[in-house]
Parts: sequence; structure tokens; C-alpha cells
Amino acid sequence: MNRRLSVKPLRESSRLLFALTKCGLALVAFAVLSLNAASSILAAQEPAPITVCPTCRFTSIKAAVRYAPAGSLIVVHAGYYHENNLIVNKSLKIVGENWPIVDGGGLSDVITITADSVGLSGFVVQHSGMGTYGDPAGIKVNKVRGCVIDNNRVLDDLFGIYLAFSTDCQVKNNFVRGHTLSESFGGNAIHLWNCRRVVVENNRVNGYRDGLYFEFLHDSTIVGNLSEHNLRYGMHTMYSADNSYRDNTLRNNNAGEVLMYSQRLVVTGNRIEHNWGAACYGALLKDLDDSRLERNLFVHNSVGLYADNSNHNTIAENEFLNNGIAARVLADSDGNRFTNNAFDANTFDVATNSTTTSDNSFNRNYWSGYRGYDLNGDGIGDVPYHPVALFAVLAENYPATMILLRSPFAELLQVAELAIPALTPKALADAQPLIRRPSWSKSVTFASASER
Amino acid sequence: MHSMLTVLRFNLHELARNRWLGAYALFFGAIGWALFYFGAAPDQAAASVLDLVVFLVPLVSLTVGVLCFYSARDYADLLLTQPISRRTVFAGQYLAAALSLAVPFAVGLGVPFLWYGSHERAMETLLLLLLAGLMLTLICVALAFLISVGTENRLGALGGALVVWLFFVVIYDGLLLVLIMAFPNYQLGRPLAGLVLLNPFDLARIVILLRLDIAALMGYTGAIFQQFFGATRGLVIALTALSLWTVLPILLGAIAYARRDF
Repeated sequence: MNRRLSVKPLRESSRLLFALTKCGLALVAFAVLSLNAASSILAAQEPAPITVCPTCRFTSIKAAVRYAPAGSLIVVHAGYYHENNLIVNKSLKIVGENWPIVDGGGLSDVITITADSVGLSGFVVQHSGMGTYGDPAGIKVNKVRGCVIDNNRVLDDLFGIYLAFSTDCQVKNNFVRGHTLSESFGGNAIHLWNCRRVVVENNRVNGYRDGLYFEFLHDSTIVGNLSEHNLRYGMHTMYSADNSYRDNTLRNNNAGEVLMYSQRLVVTGNRIEHNWGAACYGALLKDLDDSRLERNLFVHNSVGLYADNSNHNTIAENEFLNNGIAARVLADSDGNRFTNNAFDANTFDVATNSTTTSDNSFNRNYWSGYRGYDLNGDGIGDVPYHPVALFAVLAENYPATMILLRSPFAELLQVAELAIPALTPKALADAQPLIRRPSWSKSVTFASASER
Repeated sequence: MHSMLTVLRFNLHELARNRWLGAYALFFGAIGWALFYFGAAPDQAAASVLDLVVFLVPLVSLTVGVLCFYSARDYADLLLTQPISRRTVFAGQYLAAALSLAVPFAVGLGVPFLWYGSHERAMETLLLLLLAGLMLTLICVALAFLISVGTENRLGALGGALVVWLFFVVIYDGLLLVLIMAFPNYQLGRPLAGLVLLNPFDLARIVILLRLDIAALMGYTGAIFQQFFGATRGLVIALTALSLWTVLPILLGAIAYARRDF
């Protein structure tokens, strides 16, 4: 009994010891394993890059992608790579050196990215398919998180760079050029569909249907891009919200900035110019609500800013220079605030299709056409300014009246209307017009703005 | 022909002593120079000068035309005692008046444009602008002479000239506006193009306007006009209409002058 008693704890303790040893071994093993794993992860940060060149072990990028473990770096040297739809389905960083050319040979997508965290830079990507089935693109990104498309030249594709169902991506420093011939069979240079938290930065695009096209895009930043000479729009946003558009230049398109069916967009510091011709617009707002357009420059557009059924937007500190009609605000738009803008040398300042206008407010803007005075010298004119010219009202209701444009008779009508307002909307007035041009607007001189 | 040139020379000599025709040249020169000096692009300068051309050139040409006719009446009375046909006297006097207005206009406007506007496109617009101004000068002096022949005294003629100016500049366009507003649901492009041919001032303005990029604002009617007047054929039609506007008043004036009893 005693022996038993004495033996039992020993057995128990040895069991315990054994268990502990097992645990310890397991722990050590785990530690070693995890160290191994960690070191392999660490090694992945700086692996020996897999090189691709016409005389290397890998002569096609496709083969290198098939061989490379996830996380590898693939360096592609100069050369002509006929890849026939290169699919990147692992997290890889693929870097081109000295502009290797990836040619799609006119079939489907040139490069398709379907894995998270792919980096692609330094490539010339050209010749996607041109049939509209499947929307072939130079670089197509589908259902991924965290891609970086940086510093590529994407040439002559149906779509340039196309992101769908993707988040946290960056598209920057790319040059995208196309030769789209018709609106109906054309693609867009940078096309984002159903994406979130994307940065589109410092790209140069031209020659597409729309330069930058965003549909169902949220929480994204579009900054410092140049979009010009596109068939239709410089930048086109549909069904989107909470995006920021900063410091982009949109010139020589049919319309510069087109914002439709969207909410809470912030559009600042953009340069929107030379969108000139019949039915051309600087910024075209259609069903855009609760957005801010600030410190943008609208130069030489047929219509600087056009608002159709767009409500509760703030248009502040913009400069409208040398446009046909600076702002055309239709009567179905409500509660838009125009404040501290400079309206300078436009043929017509404001046009609208209603004489009993809706409640859009104009306050504290600078109007080069203002002829009032400022007795107390506070910088604010003592007489309200009515920015809707009679002739603009007539032309709105009877378009053929435009044949009297710049005729002495039209000037006479305007003078008469100023004396006895009858047709122009009385409510649409700036009660506090600025006497002097705001200081920030002097950066653009008249002559340099008219250059083309 | 020789006798007409003599009449022309004498009348020109007389008019050259008129200082304010020099001022007329200086005025257009100053306007053109100022526009460029203050930084307008050639296209904008052309648009601004266009306003002056369709407003001021007819007014000055009509009034000065009447004044020329009446200031040369004594001289004409003297001439008519000589064996010269009335038609020759009329033509000589008309040419003298028209030249004395056309030359200052062309020089005044041409110099600043040539000085600053070296673009090819601007040159084209300038040429058209000069041509329009010159045509309007010829037309308005012709109308002034026709009015002068038809009236008894200088004041009546001046009044008539102003009424004609007012009609073409204001009333005609007002009637066009009424027409446009009366038929809001019709495409008036072609009828309006026809009606514009009947008003030389409108015609000159629109032909030039269509060449400036402001034409993009003119919408659908502008597009029809562009189609009509933009092509070479349209330009020829416009120039023909303007020429008819010059030739017809001169012919009528010459006939009336031959029948006048003085």
C-alpha cells in the first residue's frame, strides 16, 4: 500500500515529465519549423530574381510565371515577347528593364492579373484584341486586392488598363495611347469597374473613347493625370461615390470632366480646357449630388460647367475663363452654391432654361462683366449682378436666335434688359459680387490661357 | 473714262484735305494695336474688331457719304455745265468718296494685324474682315449717294441715311427675332440664310463669325449656316450678294442722278 503510494507519484511525475518533454520537443520543433518558415518568408523579400530575356533560361514571361513561387521577383529584359494572353495568377512582382514589349497579337487581353498583390512595371503592353466581346485590354485586373500597375506604356489596345472588382490597387505613371476611331466600338484608356480604394495617379492618356472611365468606383483618389484628345470624354464617372479628383488636366476632349449619377465627389485643382465645339463641355454634371468642385480652372470650353438634375453641390473658387457659356444650370438642379468663383471674359456667364429659376445661389463671385460700384470700399459691389444675359435666355428658348450673336441688335437688347428687366430671371443674381478678381486667380493670364 | 478719272482725282484731292479721314484711319489703327497690346489672341481681336466693323463702318460710311455728296454739289454744278455725262460725274464722285473711306479703314486696321498677327489662320480671318469692311464701305457709300440723289437737302439725306442704318442694324434683326419667335417649332435654318442675304450688315457679320471658333455656340442653325456659308460656294454666294448690294444702289443712283433737275 505504502509502496504503491510511493510509486504512484513517481509514475505520475515521470508521466508528467514525459508529457513535458513531448511538449518541449513539439515546441522546439514548432520553433524550428516556424523559424524555417520565417526565414523562407524573409528570403522571399530578397530572392534571387528570376530573369527573362531572349537568351535566358526563361525566354517567355509565361514560363517564368509558371515556375516562380508566389512572392518572387521576375525581371524581364528588353525584347519582344509574344505572350498571347499572359495570365499572372500568383502574387509576383514583374519588372521590365529597358522597355520589354509584350504583344498580344490582337487576341483577347495582353496581360491578365488574377492574383492579389501583383506588381507590374516597366513594360510596353500592346495590341490586345479589338473585338468588343469580353472587353479585351492591355492590362486586365480581375477580382484582386493590392495590385500596383506602375510606369508602363500601354499602346493600341481596345481598353488600356482595365480593373474590375478590385480593391487597394494603384495605377500610376502609365502612358496609355490608343487610336479609337468610333465611340460605339471604342474602349477607354483606364477603365475601373466596381472598384474600391484605388489610386490613379500621374497617368497620361490619349486617343481613346474616354480617357479615364470609372463606374461603381468608391473611396478612390484620381490625381495628377493628363487626359487629352479622346473621342468622347476626358474623365467619366458613373454611379460612384466618395472619390477625390485632384490636379488632373483634361483638355481637347468632347467633354472634360463628366460626373453622372454619383454622390459626394471632391473635384479640386483640375485644369479643364479647350473642350470646344458644338455640344462640348468642360464639366458635365448629370445627377451629381452633394459634391464639391473647388479651385478648378475652366478655360475655353463651349460650356464651362453644365448641371442637369444635380443638387446640393458646392462650386467654389473656380476660375471660368474665356468660355462660351461659363455655367449652364438647368432648372431641374437645386440647391447648388456658386461662391467665390471668378467669371472672366466668357461670352455668357450663366445660362438657364427657366425664367423662374430654381434655388441655386450665386454669392460673392467675381464677374468681369460687372459694371456696379462699391461706395464703402469693402470689396463687394453695392448693386447685384444678374449673370443671365437676355440674349442667353432667348437663345435657350429659341436656338435660332444665335444667328444674332455679336450683332449690335443683341447688344441693344441687353442694354434694354438691364434698364428694364423683363425676361431674365430676377432671382438669379449675385447680391454680393466681388469688385476685384480674387488674388488666387491671377496665376493665369489671358494670353497664356488662350494658347492652343 | 479719262474724264471720270479727272473728276475722281479732283474730288480725292478735295477730300484728302479733310483731316478727320486721317483720324478714321488712326482710330482703327489704335483699336487694333490696343487689342493686341493688351494681350488678345488674334481670334479674339478679330471678334472684337468685327463688332466695330458691323456697327461703326456702316454708320461712318453712310453719313460721310452723304456729306461728301453735298459738299461736292457746287463743284458738280460747275462740272455739269461742261460736256461730261452725268453718269461720269456721279461715278467719279462716288469712287472718290468710297476710296477716301476705304483706304483709311484698310490701312488703319491692316497695319496692327500685320504687325502682330503672324498666324496663317489669323491672316485668313483678317483678310476676310478687311474684305467685309471694304464691301460694307462700298455698299454704304453707294446707299448714301442713292439717298442723297433722292432728297432735296443735306439734312433730309442725313436723316434718311440714319434711318437706313437703323433699319439694317436694329429693325431688320428685330424682325428676324420676331420671325424666329413666331415659328419656334420650325427649322428656320435655310429661310434665315436667305433672309440674311438681304441684309449686308448681317451677312458680313455672319460670314466672319462662322470662321471664328465662337461659331460653336451657334448650335443647329449655326451648323446649317456653316454648311451654307462655310464652303467656297457659300462664300461666293455671300460675296455675290454683297457685290449686288454695291452695284444696284450705284446703278439706281446714277439713273436718278441723270434724271435729276439741277
